Amino acid sequence: MTAADLTLVLPEILLACYAMLMLLVAVYTTKDGLASTLVWMTAGVMIAMAAWIGTTGEGAKSAFNGMLMIDGFARFAKVTILLAAAVVLVMSEGYMKARGLLRFEYPLLVALSAVGMMVMVSAADLMALYMGLELQSLALYVVASLRRDSVKSTEAGLKYFVLGALSSGLLLYGASLVYGYAGTTLFSGIIETAQAGEVSLGLLFGLVFLMAGMAFKVSAVPFHMWTPDVYEGSPTPVTAFFATAPKVAAMALFARVLHDAFGNAVSDWSQIVALLSVLSMFLGAVAAIGQTNIKRLMAFSSIAHMGYALMGLAGGTVLGVQAMLIYMAIYVTMNVGTFAFILMMEKDGQPVTDIGALNMYAKREPGKALAMLVLLFSLAGVPPMLGFFAKFYVLRAAYEAGLAWLAVAGVIASVIGAYYYLRIVFYMYFGDEAEEGVDGGGAPLLSGLLMASAAIMVLGIANMFGVEAAAAAAAAMLVN
Amino acid sequence: MDNLLSIVTFIPAVAALILLIFLRGDDEAANRNAKWLAMAATTMTFLVSLFILAEFDPNDTGFQFVEEAPWLLGLQYKMGVDGISVLFVMLTTFMMPLVIAASWNVTVRVKEYMIAFLMLETLMLGVFMALDLVLFYLFFEAGLIPMFLIIGIWGGANRIYASFKFFLYTFLGSVLMLVAMVGMFAEAGTTDIEQLLRHQFDFETFSIAGVTIVGGLQTLLFLAFFASFAVKMPMWPVHTWLPDAHVQAPTAGSVVLAAILLKMGGYGFLRFSIPMFPVGAEVLTPLILWMSAIAIVYTSLVALVQEDMKKLIAYSSVAHMGFVTMGIFAANQQGVDGAIFQMISHGFISGALFLCVGVIYDRMHTREIDAYGGLVNRMPAYALIFMLFTMANVGLPGTSGFVGEFLTLMATFQVNTWVAAVATTGVIFSAAYALWLYRRVVMGDLIKESLRSITDMSPRERWIFAPLVAMTLLLGVYPALVLDITGPAVANLVENYETALAAAETATQLASN
Repeated sequence: MTAADLTLVLPEILLACYAMLMLLVAVYTTKDGLASTLVWMTAGVMIAMAAWIGTTGEGAKSAFNGMLMIDGFARFAKVTILLAAAVVLVMSEGYMKARGLLRFEYPLLVALSAVGMMVMVSAADLMALYMGLELQSLALYVVASLRRDSVKSTEAGLKYFVLGALSSGLLLYGASLVYGYAGTTLFSGIIETAQAGEVSLGLLFGLVFLMAGMAFKVSAVPFHMWTPDVYEGSPTPVTAFFATAPKVAAMALFARVLHDAFGNAVSDWSQIVALLSVLSMFLGAVAAIGQTNIKRLMAFSSIAHMGYALMGLAGGTVLGVQAMLIYMAIYVTMNVGTFAFILMMEKDGQPVTDIGALNMYAKREPGKALAMLVLLFSLAGVPPMLGFFAKFYVLRAAYEAGLAWLAVAGVIASVIGAYYYLRIVFYMYFGDEAEEGVDGGGAPLLSGLLMASAAIMVLGIANMFGVEAAAAAAAAMLVN
Repeated sequence: MDNLLSIVTFIPAVAALILLIFLRGDDEAANRNAKWLAMAATTMTFLVSLFILAEFDPNDTGFQFVEEAPWLLGLQYKMGVDGISVLFVMLTTFMMPLVIAASWNVTVRVKEYMIAFLMLETLMLGVFMALDLVLFYLFFEAGLIPMFLIIGIWGGANRIYASFKFFLYTFLGSVLMLVAMVGMFAEAGTTDIEQLLRHQFDFETFSIAGVTIVGGLQTLLFLAFFASFAVKMPMWPVHTWLPDAHVQAPTAGSVVLAAILLKMGGYGFLRFSIPMFPVGAEVLTPLILWMSAIAIVYTSLVALVQEDMKKLIAYSSVAHMGFVTMGIFAANQQGVDGAIFQMISHGFISGALFLCVGVIYDRMHTREIDAYGGLVNRMPAYALIFMLFTMANVGLPGTSGFVGEFLTLMATFQVNTWVAAVATTGVIFSAAYALWLYRRVVMGDLIKESLRSITDMSPRERWIFAPLVAMTLLLGVYPALVLDITGPAVANLVENYETALAAAETATQLASN
């Protein structure tokens, strides 16, 4: 361990120290009175970190004898994660305060889970991977049950914890098999073992278990069962957080393991990823049709979206990783806007999650309804919104990798999926004049985020704000 | 003007943006302003688009007024028109002011209504001008959003069902085209339509899962594009969304749907299917010709038994589009010329017929044929105009309807006599349903109590019909107006098609020797 190693992970160390320090400060002083300040401060620190990571550092450097890899890919993922976490934190403040949920632990747990995610995306060793994953997960289990006096929230936390532990177990079992057959936990070592000849059966077994564990984290079918319940039970801002940053981290981790550790065995894992992808897309599309709770609906929507992102990975190409990164960046932006909208759904001060309550929303709030319309069509992948380009990239990656059938399956699923997004549009625009719906109004901050997210979906088609080039560079670093 | 096409395309979008941002309030004055701004924007678009027509050189078979700019992922923003597309652009810009004028009575959410139509115009114009695959797809698909809202918000009683059916049907058709486009991008390495037109896609027969695919990749790509355009057209048997959408859409929505949106399918066949996948087209031509013939006869018969006027005209549209697909896939000069002519002429005629229905719907709020009868006694001017367009719909010589039907039938006769023979009976059926409709609605004694006080057309309504009457008659007696512009481009298309087929033939023979 040298100074050079520590410098490389300075952002992680600083963020972790910041979280601990603030925890002490908050405990010894006014407790929850500080919470609002802490939320803004944490968000500020995260944005500063994102700016720092985004503008400095180049090339690929490994730290701690290859345990961690700080490269363009990790930087891209970290910036996305930190920005998403910061925006979600800012979004939560008003909502949680109004409901007495705002405790000082919340921003700090989010910060700690962000540290975990940063370690995850840089992990170049099975131990580092597990450490990051658990740090992230433990923080998430707690925030899921933040509403201590609610049965649903507690249930969500417990469910998430039990199933998360199961998935960690699967992952650890896979890691131990990989270690047993490769003789090392370093990705650089594993890839050499795979290179030496055919991938041995034991290694393959380990790979499958590793993938099952990671599929749990990205909530890909058939490891998706926890998602709807946890999304529904958690407080809405927490749901927003679940749907954004951790998904990016888990997806980046997935790509990292597949390419860095098993990059020579593409044909072995390609079909597994393709299967996860096609199942997720169809289940996400079909299961959401019957949902009336918008949070459950967004859970299935996120399952479907993970399917599309996995479609990019399935090919095992540079283009595929690039497509996945772009997909995740666009997905996060869309979800931030959508959840800002969901946070504004209130009736008489109480949060509403039934989509029927959006009845004739367009009449009362034409501006917000239009922004939501843009987001919904973007989520459905209808041009000219950015959501379409996200799909276009992954389709292209899949086709060029020889997975044309996957691309066809994907577009068919997207048609089925379009139905439930349209149903929300239907309530907002075509509903029944006589019935009552949610109140208008809402915090200016949330409206602003909603509008900004919708504006990005439309304006982004000009040049994607440079994300395309950044993703291309990041992908090229990961896949050699 | 280097950016003429972009200017024409985006004038309506800019107007829509102005409405969206600056127009506040929901009172009488705001509604009036919205209408006038939409009117001004669409009229201006039409006037500026006249420059395109004026400077267009029919003898140049390449793309004209081309604009290019790089875009994401090696795609590009490229616009241009040729002899095939320029008239569709003109049709769109010509129809839109009339559509806005026809919506003058809208009172519900006027601002949003105008924004939807203005956006729709931009997207439709983009479809006909785009010279990049993905740009084309962007405009093609995005048009679904405003149309979905138009049917869903301002539509009739069963509008929800119709709007969902419209959206999902057409969306399913086009996503397969998207996969094909991705495939073309991968195979040819470009999305530039100009280059793709010169690229020869692989046509070696192969088999997938035991199914032999004659024409190989070209056939698959052709089928994917076909799925999209056949739904859009619409061709039998995937036409069922159209009657629903037409019946539920507001009058102006029906006009746009019939006059312009349906033409995107035909345009797509001419821009992509025939020139880019000649072998695939050749393989499937007999099937498509028969589907067209069935469409003509079957939907004409279905039209006969309709009780709703709009539904009847919608089925008649499907039948007329059958002539278009037949002409296109006859793939000779008369056929393609006739198909384009038929599309332009059908734009005027069907648009006018839906407006005719709109005129009496505005007064009586029903489209049931049985609710009318003897209108000629109270509405002589209406009776005259309705008769003119009924005759044009039937294909009476002297109206534009005749030229397209005659050319496509003649072309098909050279290719497949039986198809032509079957399709010709459709002309008789169309006379039957159209004249019968006319008799039941307009002729006879005015015995219905509710119709006693019905008023004839207002000056506004008459002015909307004037340009349509003029165009229908003008093109009927002087079809060269259209054919002179399309002629050279079509000749070029047909020649390339035949060359490509001959080359493919030779290549196949060489391979088998």
